[in-house]
Amino acid sequence: MTGNITYDAVVEATFNIIKEAETILPEDVVKALETAKENESSDVARSQIEAILKNIEIAGNNTIPLCQDTGILIFYVEIGRELNIDFDIKGAILEATRTATQQVPLRPNAVDPITRSNSSDNTGEGLPDIKYDFVVGNQLKITVAPKGAGSENMSTLKMMNPTELGSIEDLIVETVLNAGGRPCPPVIVGVGIGGSFDKAARLAKSSLLRDVDDMNDDEKKILARINSLGIGPMGLGGDTTALAVHVGKSYCHTASLPVAINIQCWANRHASVILGGEE
Amino acid sequence: MEYHLETPLKEEDVEQLNAGDIVYISGIVLTARDEAHARILEMHEEGHELPFDLEGAAIYHCGPLMQKKEAEDGGEEWTVVAAGPTTSDRMSKMTPELLKHYNVRALIGKGGMNNVAESLKGKCIYLAYTGGCAALAAGSIKRVPKVHWFDLGMPEAVWELEVDEFGPLIVGIDTKANDLFTSIKEKARESFSKK
Repeated sequence: MTGNITYDAVVEATFNIIKEAETILPEDVVKALETAKENESSDVARSQIEAILKNIEIAGNNTIPLCQDTGILIFYVEIGRELNIDFDIKGAILEATRTATQQVPLRPNAVDPITRSNSSDNTGEGLPDIKYDFVVGNQLKITVAPKGAGSENMSTLKMMNPTELGSIEDLIVETVLNAGGRPCPPVIVGVGIGGSFDKAARLAKSSLLRDVDDMNDDEKKILARINSLGIGPMGLGGDTTALAVHVGKSYCHTASLPVAINIQCWANRHASVILGGEE
Repeated sequence: MEYHLETPLKEEDVEQLNAGDIVYISGIVLTARDEAHARILEMHEEGHELPFDLEGAAIYHCGPLMQKKEAEDGGEEWTVVAAGPTTSDRMSKMTPELLKHYNVRALIGKGGMNNVAESLKGKCIYLAYTGGCAALAAGSIKRVPKVHWFDLGMPEAVWELEVDEFGPLIVGIDTKANDLFTSIKEKARESFSKK
């Protein structure tokens, strides 16, 4: 059964979440920024967070993108295993991406990696990046997370030695330190530990979808250490270098310890939609 | 201190500024990112004249999101949707060469730059605008008089933006080679090493 899940319904729903993600920041991120503003002791730092909050308000009120770097689009698609999707779901997501590029609008960011020629519609071989998963039930959930390059470029992946377990925290903190003001702090730090070369990176990226405040004691400890560096909003000094550290874990080979760190700027954009679910 | 400057910028306009000061700019700013910097240097190398004037210019490290709209006279014109700063450090390697040949007086971007303070000395400042604040920035851009090198793609083209009180911009590197970003990073590295 597919109920009302049709090609056209997926195009429309996907377009809507792209527009939502690009123009409205999730409430938990906005709250974390407001708290950070109150806690900042430096005037310059407060002025930076004030500008960010003002920007969020303008973008939301006028339905325009929060940032000119509307990113590349990362999709997470969860398909209920009771569903029988008999249409081209990837084609629907591509069509929504092209329409959104024209109508939201989005900056055309997708280029050939070698010739650097721009496709003008945010699609191209391998883009947008769509990850599929099968889940229990009869619903289709689509999440979009636009990812800008400023923060993405500051990310790290290291195949560590299993006996180096004690230096994982140093690697995380040093990655944020080396990035400095470049990834638009306050950042959200997504970490993937274990899995494989690529699985660690995927875990780091999907960890960014968690609620900002959803942190365990280990994550809070790393966050406190990052914030003690004093890099501050935009690297201009201050108490808030990061809003959150989120670690995802996976079993890995006994001889391996892959660790990936994916940096996300303050504009932690993402939105989801659920289709179907009725009897 | 807070300053309000107009382009084209003069040497004395920028020499009075100190790292940490706040600046607002009015007039024309030119966007230029990786590809535009590379083409400027290439054209200089080949002895060609640039299609825009860099004398006293403010270069904005920005790849704006633009939209073509119908103009009042029935033709087409570009309007700014969102135009925040991009990561300036990607232009760090090309900037000293650029400043050797052209009297650019201000670089506007985010995140600071590496190893450029010496080449800025006595002639040019680096100004930081809050990263990601593209909707906010768009509000102070009044008009888009021209676009150059559109073949490079929307983000990489050189856009002439007419701005009014564009800011607040924080002086990140002044003409005396004081670099706010480097000193903050050095302190952070010290604190990291102590652990």
